[in-house]
Amino acid sequence: MAQLIIPTPLRKFTNGQGVFTQDAANVKELLASLASQHPGLKPHLFEDSGNLRSFIRVYVGDEDIHALQGEDTALQSNDEVSIIPAIAGGI
Amino acid sequence: MEQIQFSKEELERYSRHLIIPEFNIEGQRKLKGSSVLVIGSGGLGSPLLLYLAAAGVGRIGIVDFDTVDASNLQRQVLFGIQSVGAPKVEAARDRLASLNPHITIEVHNTKFTSANARELVRQYDVVADGTDNFPTRYLVNDACVLEGKVNVYASIYRFEGQASVFNELLEDGTRGPNYRDLFPSPPPPGLVPSCAEGGVIGVLPGILGSLQALEVIKVITGVGDTLSGRLFLFDATGFTTRTMKVRKDPRNPLNGENPTQTELIDYDQFCGIGVPAAQERAVDAIDVHELKAWRDSGKDHVLIDVREPYEFGIAEMGGDLIPLATVIESTSRIPKDIPVVVQCRSGARSAKAIRQLEDAHGYTNLVNLTGGILAWQEHIDTSLARY
Repeated sequence: MAQLIIPTPLRKFTNGQGVFTQDAANVKELLASLASQHPGLKPHLFEDSGNLRSFIRVYVGDEDIHALQGEDTALQSNDEVSIIPAIAGGI
Repeated sequence: MEQIQFSKEELERYSRHLIIPEFNIEGQRKLKGSSVLVIGSGGLGSPLLLYLAAAGVGRIGIVDFDTVDASNLQRQVLFGIQSVGAPKVEAARDRLASLNPHITIEVHNTKFTSANARELVRQYDVVADGTDNFPTRYLVNDACVLEGKVNVYASIYRFEGQASVFNELLEDGTRGPNYRDLFPSPPPPGLVPSCAEGGVIGVLPGILGSLQALEVIKVITGVGDTLSGRLFLFDATGFTTRTMKVRKDPRNPLNGENPTQTELIDYDQFCGIGVPAAQERAVDAIDVHELKAWRDSGKDHVLIDVREPYEFGIAEMGGDLIPLATVIESTSRIPKDIPVVVQCRSGARSAKAIRQLEDAHGYTNLVNLTGGILAWQEHIDTSLARY
């Protein structure tokens, strides 16, 4: 099953859960099942149009899905998928 | 480079650099001949400045407009209790001058804004971004891209850190990716809280700021491979690190295939700050002096505190604790027949609680405490702790 790593700023929408594990054929399916289990997360991941929001990057391994097949990128059972949000703290 | 000479004291001071074969006196000459602008002298800026000064960067500029606060000392290791209340740039300069008298420190006691950013960035070889909010992050990035400077980046949130090197001049003469390639636009205000609102573990900026200092030194000396084109991620809770690829985005408005932005812009507006959302209607409010008068005269009312229990533990003013996330299901504890004052840290969450209660349950007797417990501490009860 693919592992999805949820970053700290979004864990308040997953009851603190940091890793989401789920069988999924591709990135789109994995994100959809995450959003359906944690509906509060959905508006933070997707725009109203359904596109991923632009302050979020999604990676499979160390590669940005934009450089692969986007949300259609196929997943192997041992793939690690990361959601990387912009953070700004520093002082 | 040959004309840069070192005194006996400098040779002794930097000897542990000089005996690294890949670094040696050439690396040290490059450091001495270079200049770095550090923007923000807080959690990231503290280790950055200490290590860059100790390493012998010849000229260091510091931009900050703030003064040292007691709550800074948990992580901003540049400062001591004698600095509390002093301008940060001055306290930083004094500390760094005592650390290394062989370098030049320049202080800019001002906010980094669209009006001064390019002029400041232009005066230095490398920029290190130690700021703490999205508008300034984009401002630093854009100023660096427009002025052709490297932007050594790190940011932190609670237990999580990110670092990269943006806009580095590559061997083929092109520039590496920049912040806008990674994040084309910022999250809406309020989604990702600042350290002041969200908290940060004190050591984390020490780790990320030290990594930033390392990358600055690598950029200047050319030793090793920098984080250009890569994003380093550190999660302190599980002690996991990941390094992701960052690619150039042809749609980058600064230096993509069809650039549309040739000047700095209004970054507050770009980040949606100061543009109230349509649903955020005003709520009735009283100030702390009025609440004090209510209490002194014995006026019948209830005070609801919508902060979190861990905040309540730091300071409280006698309210009934009902965290914002639970107000909707706690209406049995919130009367409808007498005035109810709703209070949080600074007044934003309590306004949100009032709107939720009015919308969901038809309350008409709720008033917000303007400025929250911070204003109460400042004007009424100075014995309370600020946070």
